[in-house]
Amino acid sequence: MKQVVAIIKPFKLDDVRESLSEIGIQGLTVSEVKGFGRQKGHTELYRGAEYVVDFLPKLKLDIAIDDDLVDQVIEAITKGANTGKIGDGKIFVYPLEQVVRIRTGETGSEAL
Amino acid sequence: MENVTNQIFELQYAIDTFYFLVMGALVMWMAAGFSMLEAGLVRAKNTTEILTKNVLLFAIASTAYMVVGYDIMYGGGIFLDGIAGGDTLTADALAASAEAGFDGGSVYSSASDFFFQVVFVATAMSIVSGAVAERMKLWAFAAFAVVMTAFIYPMEGAWTWGGSDVFGLYNLGDIGFLDFAGSGIVHMAGAAAALAGVILLGARKGKYGPNGEIRPIQGANLPMATLGTFILWMGWFGFNGGSVLKLGDMASANAVAMVFLNTNAAAAGGVIAALVVAKMMFGKADLTMILNGALAGLVAITAGPDTPTPLMATMIGAVGGVIVVFSIVTLDKMKIDDPVGAISVHGVVGLWGLLAVPLTNTDATFMAQLIGAATIFVWVFGASFITWYVIKMVMGIRVTEEEEYEGVDLSECGMEAYPEFTSNTK
Repeated sequence: MKQVVAIIKPFKLDDVRESLSEIGIQGLTVSEVKGFGRQKGHTELYRGAEYVVDFLPKLKLDIAIDDDLVDQVIEAITKGANTGKIGDGKIFVYPLEQVVRIRTGETGSEAL
Repeated sequence: MENVTNQIFELQYAIDTFYFLVMGALVMWMAAGFSMLEAGLVRAKNTTEILTKNVLLFAIASTAYMVVGYDIMYGGGIFLDGIAGGDTLTADALAASAEAGFDGGSVYSSASDFFFQVVFVATAMSIVSGAVAERMKLWAFAAFAVVMTAFIYPMEGAWTWGGSDVFGLYNLGDIGFLDFAGSGIVHMAGAAAALAGVILLGARKGKYGPNGEIRPIQGANLPMATLGTFILWMGWFGFNGGSVLKLGDMASANAVAMVFLNTNAAAAGGVIAALVVAKMMFGKADLTMILNGALAGLVAITAGPDTPTPLMATMIGAVGGVIVVFSIVTLDKMKIDDPVGAISVHGVVGLWGLLAVPLTNTDATFMAQLIGAATIFVWVFGASFITWYVIKMVMGIRVTEEEEYEGVDLSECGMEAYPEFTSNTK
């Protein structure tokens, strides 16, 4: 099993959710996060005075899947979140040791 | 026949008094506008205190002007004991009406005159509260409000609308100074008092960096600031419209309508001009500048809303809207920290309003306008500076650094404006 963590631009969430649904992904967790990468921050003006926005708002998706789905999921997220501009985000893949469905006590792939 | 004439005069007296009262109530409502505007443009942690200051200053102005201010400005006795009119009220008013004639000067209740004048005092004082926001002690502000509304404003009011000589030296009315509803007498005066306070008070902590960089401190609630601007815009119809002083004959009614129209046109011109300038200078439509532009348009037309054509009124307001954006940026560069832009809106644009009068009013001259503006500014700035300085020596005018960081809501009022909101750090 693998855990896929994706950082994406907030306005691409619907597209990513749609492309993940298309390949049959059953669940994901979304968190609002802030950060920066090569895009860095940008400056804004308030009453003529400049200020720097260091950390940009992003969304973090957590998806737990079976090993054989990893390539498909990566492809789906990339398809949904890509704008071609700097700041589109990153995808991280981690090994996942154990999953437990709390209601039934099922474990492993059964619980996904 | 005389009986019918008297009845017409009585009706005219009634309608002019009624008009004065309604316009005064509109101007009173500007206190709500200033409260909302200022509450929107300060940080959430200073909201309760700025609202307290606004309601307090209105009460202080009403009381101080009643006790002695009105007497200094127009006569009328300490505690207004001279305005009731007594047993001969009706006969006196009818005699005055007969002398003035049906379409002559307005005759109205003295009490309505006090009511209309007192709300202008409060307006002048409201201008101060925004400029010194977020760092001034509540009680120092209250002490200044007493001096401003009981003495400083009534003195310059006496020299202008009151018709008195300036310390017996010269008479602004005689040299032809014209300020219809108070671009200078009310707005620039308030801004001069604010400027003196801000210079002695210093900038908010963190506003200017060690290397001279200007750091923005964003207002907490722009819907509230926008509502405040609209309330002020509406109240301004009373401010300028009421300053015609009479409604009860056709010429006066037309003048009132023209003043309403021009007041609105100038505000619109100010908005459009400020938007265009902000977009060109900053690349985006800065709402706070646009709101200041509306108020700048209103301040600009206040000195002479009766003579321009509607197009000219729009232009006068638009120039105000341009001036205000440059003035705000310039004051920031000079490290004069004015959270709401009051000194620019009311002071710099107030001066423009005075100087714009000769453009459309042949009775006015630039020289007379300049002398009047200088008289008002020197007096209000000087007297305010001394007053602020004395208050600073006696009790201090600034909260401690820690109190400023925590927010003056907690240190001065002991309560937050939005206790159920969680905020991210600052």
